[in-house]
Amino acid sequence: MEQQKIIDTIQMISEEKLDIRTITMGISLLDCITGDTRATAERIYEKIMHKAAHLVQVADEIETEYGIPIVNKRISITPVAMLAGADPHPDFRLIARRLDDAAKALGVDFIGGYSATVQSGITPAEENLMRSMPEALSMTDRVCGSVNIGSTKAGMNMDAVKIMGQVIKDLSATGATNAMKLVVFCNAVEDNPFMAGAFWGVSEGDTAINTGVSGPGVVQRALAQVPEADFAQVCETIKQTAFKVSRMGQFVGKIAAERLHVPFNIVDLSLAPTPAPGDSVAEILETMGLGSVGAPGTTAALALLNDAVKKGGIMAAERVGGLSGAFIPVSEDGRMIEAAAAGQITVEKLEAMTAVCSVGLDMVAIPGDTPASSVSGMIADEAAIGMINAKTTAVRLIAVPGSQVGDMMEFGGIFGRAPVMAVNSASSAQFIARGGHIPAPIHSFKN
Amino acid sequence: MQAIITVVGQDKVGIVAGVSSKLAAMHINILDISQTIMEGSFTMMLLGGLPEDADFKAVQQALTDFGTQQDLTIRIQRQEIFDAMSSL
Repeated sequence: MEQQKIIDTIQMISEEKLDIRTITMGISLLDCITGDTRATAERIYEKIMHKAAHLVQVADEIETEYGIPIVNKRISITPVAMLAGADPHPDFRLIARRLDDAAKALGVDFIGGYSATVQSGITPAEENLMRSMPEALSMTDRVCGSVNIGSTKAGMNMDAVKIMGQVIKDLSATGATNAMKLVVFCNAVEDNPFMAGAFWGVSEGDTAINTGVSGPGVVQRALAQVPEADFAQVCETIKQTAFKVSRMGQFVGKIAAERLHVPFNIVDLSLAPTPAPGDSVAEILETMGLGSVGAPGTTAALALLNDAVKKGGIMAAERVGGLSGAFIPVSEDGRMIEAAAAGQITVEKLEAMTAVCSVGLDMVAIPGDTPASSVSGMIADEAAIGMINAKTTAVRLIAVPGSQVGDMMEFGGIFGRAPVMAVNSASSAQFIARGGHIPAPIHSFKN
Repeated sequence: MQAIITVVGQDKVGIVAGVSSKLAAMHINILDISQTIMEGSFTMMLLGGLPEDADFKAVQQALTDFGTQQDLTIRIQRQEIFDAMSSL
């Protein structure tokens, strides 16, 4: 019995808020396709209810026995746009409704995969799904959706970018909190366990368990103990901490998979903040010596954090996947909220930061009268960063109806609150109206 | 099943006696035990062997209730998690 090991572990959990942010069961729905969307929706419901019957119970048991909080229990599914089969006029809202029913019956927090991947082109079913999103995501409570509009291999689908700018506006108009259930991606990953962007890619197996770890507080505390350290030591400290956090993810995921009789897939090594004090990624950057997140040096600090987290975590887990890095959602990070409210961080600085971390402009509130073409422009900018740098980027914007810059938007719970941030007022309309496709970058041609 | 039980609280007479009697009553065998005063708080760690058919949740609840009565924080966690975190 090694006392120090026990004390350290208990301290990480009880004081530094180390937790398993999510256990996400990936479920393939390809075998539910019937060609009649109403019948497909029923088969989907049955399959999810069967496969995930014990998900919440097992997660609760693990939490009790091992004393590690498991914050979210979630499900990711095959992108719904692929489930139309031969149905020429699929009404995907039927599927959204049954997904919501299943999530509620099972007690899972969210079910992700009301999604389409359209980086190369849009099928009629995919367009149908994209345009149904404002209604489908506002009439349900626990269904999350995403659309992948670009990739390094395929380039950027500017028709989809245009549509999604309007979809975000329309969805926000139904109620600002509905918009937090929609993510627009470039280089989306197929095994992401985090919401709202989770879906279960077609190359994945039938059912498997993925875990997403958290632990910004643990990293921040470790760095606070070495205030004089140079950058080599800072990186070492982050790596060692990330190793421990990732071991926890691996350990819990393996046990959950075993008890649920499904394979264990990946650990996502992301540092995911919450608005709770001491659970902030921005605070880690500030602990490195920045007066506030947003100060000159912020992008460099985030780059080293993101890289050191991966290096520390990668040896700790058998298979690493998902987004794996540091998240910088505005509303879900206590220090980020304060910095945004104080004008220390802007949309433009956030955009620069997304070039070096996972994922993108996340949980950013913008004025409700922002034109759809400007929202599309923001999507295109983020996607360009992802496409050129061969990394995932994303946009989760909330165009808060009737709001002005500086208003505070409350999302509630772990989703926190966000000040409405200014968007450059110059027009992107003509640029977005062109439509078509931006070709893949030259360095994607590796064959 | 082996579990680590930690007891933290204000030092007073009879904590070890009280906790070990409670464990004995639940047929939990003490395999290792250590105790110290850390930052003014009584801190005890012990490795307990639970009977094969033990109901973990019930044991945890009983210990939590006992802790509340005695003004102590008592945690019980399966032992494997401590190895998983820091061992290769």
